[in-house]
Amino acid sequence: MTTLLTPATPNPAPSRMPLVELQNIRVSFGGVRAVDGVTIDLYPGEVVGLVGGNGAGKTTLMRTLSGARPPDAGQIKVDGQPCTIDNPRVAKGLGIETIYQTLALADNLDAPANVFLGRELTSAVGALDDAAMESATRKVITRLNPNFKNFKMAVLRLSGGQRQAVAIARAIHFNARVLIMDEPTAALGPAETAQVHDLIRQLQRDGIGIFLVSHDIHDVFDLSDRISVMYHGKLVGTVNRGEATTDEVLGMIILGKPPTKLTAQELAELRGSGG
Amino acid sequence: MEASVADRPTAEGLPARSIRGVAAAVRSALAPVQATLSYLEVDTRLLGMVLALLIIWIGFGLVSGGTFLSPRNLWNLSVQSASIAIMATGMVLIIVSRGIDLSVGSLLGFLGYTMAMIQSVWIPQSLGLGFDQPYTWILTLAIGIALGATLGAFQGFVVAYGGVPSFIVTLGGLLVWRGLIFRYAQGQTIAPLDTTFQMLGGGTVGTRVGALGEWASWILGLVVCAGIVYTLIASRRRRRRYGFPVRPMWAEWMLGAAGCAVVLGVVWVANSYPLPPNVADQYAQEHGITVPPGGLIIPTGLAFPVVIMLLVTLVMTFLASRRRFGRYVYAIGGNPEAAVLAGINVRRTVMLTFALMGALVAISAAVQTARLNAAVTNLGVQNELDVISAAVIGGTSFSGGIGTIPGAILGAVVMQSLRSGMVLLLVDSPTQDIVVGIVLVAAVGLDTVLRRRAR
Repeated sequence: MTTLLTPATPNPAPSRMPLVELQNIRVSFGGVRAVDGVTIDLYPGEVVGLVGGNGAGKTTLMRTLSGARPPDAGQIKVDGQPCTIDNPRVAKGLGIETIYQTLALADNLDAPANVFLGRELTSAVGALDDAAMESATRKVITRLNPNFKNFKMAVLRLSGGQRQAVAIARAIHFNARVLIMDEPTAALGPAETAQVHDLIRQLQRDGIGIFLVSHDIHDVFDLSDRISVMYHGKLVGTVNRGEATTDEVLGMIILGKPPTKLTAQELAELRGSGG
Repeated sequence: MEASVADRPTAEGLPARSIRGVAAAVRSALAPVQATLSYLEVDTRLLGMVLALLIIWIGFGLVSGGTFLSPRNLWNLSVQSASIAIMATGMVLIIVSRGIDLSVGSLLGFLGYTMAMIQSVWIPQSLGLGFDQPYTWILTLAIGIALGATLGAFQGFVVAYGGVPSFIVTLGGLLVWRGLIFRYAQGQTIAPLDTTFQMLGGGTVGTRVGALGEWASWILGLVVCAGIVYTLIASRRRRRRYGFPVRPMWAEWMLGAAGCAVVLGVVWVANSYPLPPNVADQYAQEHGITVPPGGLIIPTGLAFPVVIMLLVTLVMTFLASRRRFGRYVYAIGGNPEAAVLAGINVRRTVMLTFALMGALVAISAAVQTARLNAAVTNLGVQNELDVISAAVIGGTSFSGGIGTIPGAILGAVVMQSLRSGMVLLLVDSPTQDIVVGIVLVAAVGLDTVLRRRAR
């Protein structure tokens, strides 16, 4: 277990090419700039934690990468190549998989149907091959949760942890290169959370790049190589793990200021409110 | 809190506790039945509907002194159910994907009228090709289906790509298609129709009968039975190959036997209905057969509308459960957002459901006009309500994602059984509407309660 805690790749070497680069991304809803000129990147085998308060724009930023909402301005590069990701299918084609906070499951369908939704296996004549899909689903879900049994039941009737397993299975079954995990442990108990943490480390060792969106600063500190902080749609800054304390990152989240500026600015503000 | 509820007398004056005791006793008595059902892996909701249908049939059978269950009445019932059942299979997919189509009755009138014009005016007169050509019926039907699919797709396009709610678009369609009929028909009835086309309605023209006849009906029945057995074996083999749990052998036998019994039973009933004496006599005359004392008995067999309905059911069930299209329809109904995020082309899928509906409306329009041997301006009025009711009684949920094709067929048969039974008992039309209305609400209400329990 101790080896798991050592990061596989401490800091990406500058010579290696980033898997994903998001450059000056902007997304507006009406007059509100939900994401305002954010630039971040991700290297293979790296976990980048994305943190910020409610409405900071984390999820909206990630949705531009998963194809759910194309950006209004800015550029997305995958393997150094500029891409237009205007549709979830394009993202999946590039090996970018997403585990949404809502899980995005069709509640009336069973686990195999959800895992293969939009990418169904078919026979030679184009009929759905449910047996093959169930077989593959059994393999991938059993790896995540050995107690999972209800492969023929509508996912509506599964527990929160089991539903999460279905959503994760869907993302990892198709050999993802980039994984976006939006609050992957928000609905889980301690044991299931530990399972997800193990999974993240394992995927990281396999060389997958992971964006981890979370409210939970301790999750992020445990798992991330770098931490990017957003505040009111803007990127406050990105810090390497070990080069900032949780208090400093909390300061970035709450006040929206990088640690270097924090003291002076804070003092100024304190003085301002005092006068 | 618990005690006060239990002790409070109910409307019948019984303490709630004793009712609960009875419910528990019923439940424990049903336990072995439930265990058997879980082995069979059959849809209990569907089975419940079959039970309800049997109760309705036996009830009407007793009250009518057996007339309701006579082959003649059941044969007519099958023909009357067919046209609504055909459309209900399409309505299921639309409602499952959270839409509605109110235009089917008017569209049916419009398409029926157009097909009547094609075969009785345009082909024989405008093109000068003459009446009763061998190709007239199929050409008419093909054009009708293509037109229905196009008009359906157009409504679907406005719904899916224009973002106008389907209720509004098809409410508009209801007015527009009916308005077009009145505008162009000027109150005229188009009749008679092509003699071969008339066969689609299941009627008789001279000695030609719109039914399969005895032997073809048996052969079709046996083919369907073979299909059922093959499906069971193939599915068992496939599950074996992947090492999944399979049903016990006795359960497979039971399912196969039950399926084949139903199919052959339907054929038997259809063959027990003889052709009307005058048709039989004419047939005997033409074929030089001496009529035996007591009249010539020629079995009618499955009516063409029923055969068409069976074909439609087969195709629609395959589309709904074995094709990506069907999977996407159900996914959209279950969670539209998830469907988009899974990369499904939701708009295209929704448009296709409406196009499919249009094609099915054309088929029903052909059956109805053929049966009437005429196109009249009020053809299909209020059909949308029957079709929606059939789908809903058949277990289709307006909250989306839930509903089956066989369920809708059963729903159509249940509704037609109620109507036909009441007609036999000389119940007047307003009372019929009241009963069907109450049954509709009660069925959905019961289903909602049971589903909430099941959670």
